[in-house]
Amino acid sequence: MNPDSAWYAAGVPDSSPNSRHSALVRVTHWLTVVAFLALLLTGGELIVSHPRFYLGESGNVNIHPLFAIPIPSSRDTVPTGYGYVMPDQNGWSRYLHFQAAWLLVFTALVYGLASLLNGHFRRDLLPSTSKRNLRAVWAVIQKYLRRAPADPADSHAYNVAQQIAYLGVIFVLFPLILWTGLAMSPSFTSAFPIAVLALGGRQTARTLHFFDTLALVLFVIVHVAMVALSGFRSRMRAMTVGDARAEGAGGFSPLKEAQNIRAFRPGESRTKVIATPAESA
Amino acid sequence: MKSLSRRKLLTAGLSVAAGAAGLAAAGKLARRYNLIPPDGGGLYGPGETLTYAAQRLITRHSMAREFSKSQICEKPFRNELAPMPDLYKQLQANNFRDWKLSIGGLVSQPAAFSLSEIRALGMKSQITEIACEEGWSYIAQWTGTPLSAVLNQVGVAPQARYVVYQSIEKPWWESIDMADALHPQTILAQGMNDSDLPAGFGGPLRLRVPRQLGYKSVKFISQMTVTDSLKSFGKGLGSASPEAGYSWFAGI
Repeated sequence: MNPDSAWYAAGVPDSSPNSRHSALVRVTHWLTVVAFLALLLTGGELIVSHPRFYLGESGNVNIHPLFAIPIPSSRDTVPTGYGYVMPDQNGWSRYLHFQAAWLLVFTALVYGLASLLNGHFRRDLLPSTSKRNLRAVWAVIQKYLRRAPADPADSHAYNVAQQIAYLGVIFVLFPLILWTGLAMSPSFTSAFPIAVLALGGRQTARTLHFFDTLALVLFVIVHVAMVALSGFRSRMRAMTVGDARAEGAGGFSPLKEAQNIRAFRPGESRTKVIATPAESA
Repeated sequence: MKSLSRRKLLTAGLSVAAGAAGLAAAGKLARRYNLIPPDGGGLYGPGETLTYAAQRLITRHSMAREFSKSQICEKPFRNELAPMPDLYKQLQANNFRDWKLSIGGLVSQPAAFSLSEIRALGMKSQITEIACEEGWSYIAQWTGTPLSAVLNQVGVAPQARYVVYQSIEKPWWESIDMADALHPQTILAQGMNDSDLPAGFGGPLRLRVPRQLGYKSVKFISQMTVTDSLKSFGKGLGSASPEAGYSWFAGI
């Protein structure tokens, strides 16, 4: 492994004592944020033009919906019960939705291939054999609920709940959002009809696309809440410049840890761990 | 950022340079193989170009899904229509006997076809889905003449790249590339679900482009122009859709 190459170093949490996330993880994380926010905003705008959801192939205002979101529509042909029509935002929303989707796909390709090659998935995201059980997950959740201070040993590794959440987003929710999106493309499904047939129809694909979005939004809410609870500034520093020193834990040099403790400002991080690995060992 | 060595900077610089050169080469190739859509400039140009190029590389000859009779939607949705122009009403009063589809541009024999002349070129039925960009859809049986049969009558010049089509409802005009124009499922529909195409669904003549979203299936077609460039049509973005902020290629 060439330690100078960001590509190969990507995902190696301890490639630098101060780096919680590899450069590749940090860059692809924020590209994903940009793409996701654009997709969410424009996807929401697109729903406004027809806030009704169906199952099967056909679905329109003459057909009873599976459910409808109780919001006004940007089309006066949609019976919403509201007396007014929202402005049409579909043009730019569609342009931006697909451009952001391309950005997300390319970002996912780079992240996914690099993480397969450099072992990020296997090493950091795959739960160790001893933790592949509900008891281990429950232990983490209980720890969260007790607001227990973070274990220094966890500072440079994900716990099993995080691992399951990230694996779920990367290998279930993301592929499904891409699949259900492509299943709505009349041109893509002409070449790959199985993409929509396997889902049970175009309108089912649209409805699943919506529910997958809800699941992703739920993930983002929990994710951001956990970042805020565990020290917003230090976590943001770790995911941007890659410097985790303010965390106070996870370093490998006792000298550095001593410096970190001096640099600590009260209130910066609620889960600040005072004990260094050296002390607690 | 102390770990940012000179070697890392060099690697990053070279990667960026290689990326830029790769993009330039890809752009050149895309232009050469006509993979850039007419609205491929501007803020959303990269996304549109990627979509159109990918679709043309993967789905140029693919066939839109067809369905069984039992899947035909019993309640198709007739989208709202603006009041029709007087010319349409006059033609309707005469049961569209005087409806003409005129075809010009890069053709050897410009011509105007009546509805029965189009029918005489051959008819086919297909059960396909029409999906609106808004999200709704329905399946119907459409009966009509392949556009390719009509284009063969007028003799399309080899340099032709697009067919521009115009509704009698004036503001609506669209265009498709030759891959869609000559596609066997692109038909000039005159019938729907075993009866004449109702006015609300685009009768007497609607172009059905089943591999694209509904707004490419323009109603009340009265005029077509074969061309090698869309620059001189409207604002040069390809059709009325990009001028209203919607993408030209609606295959996604």
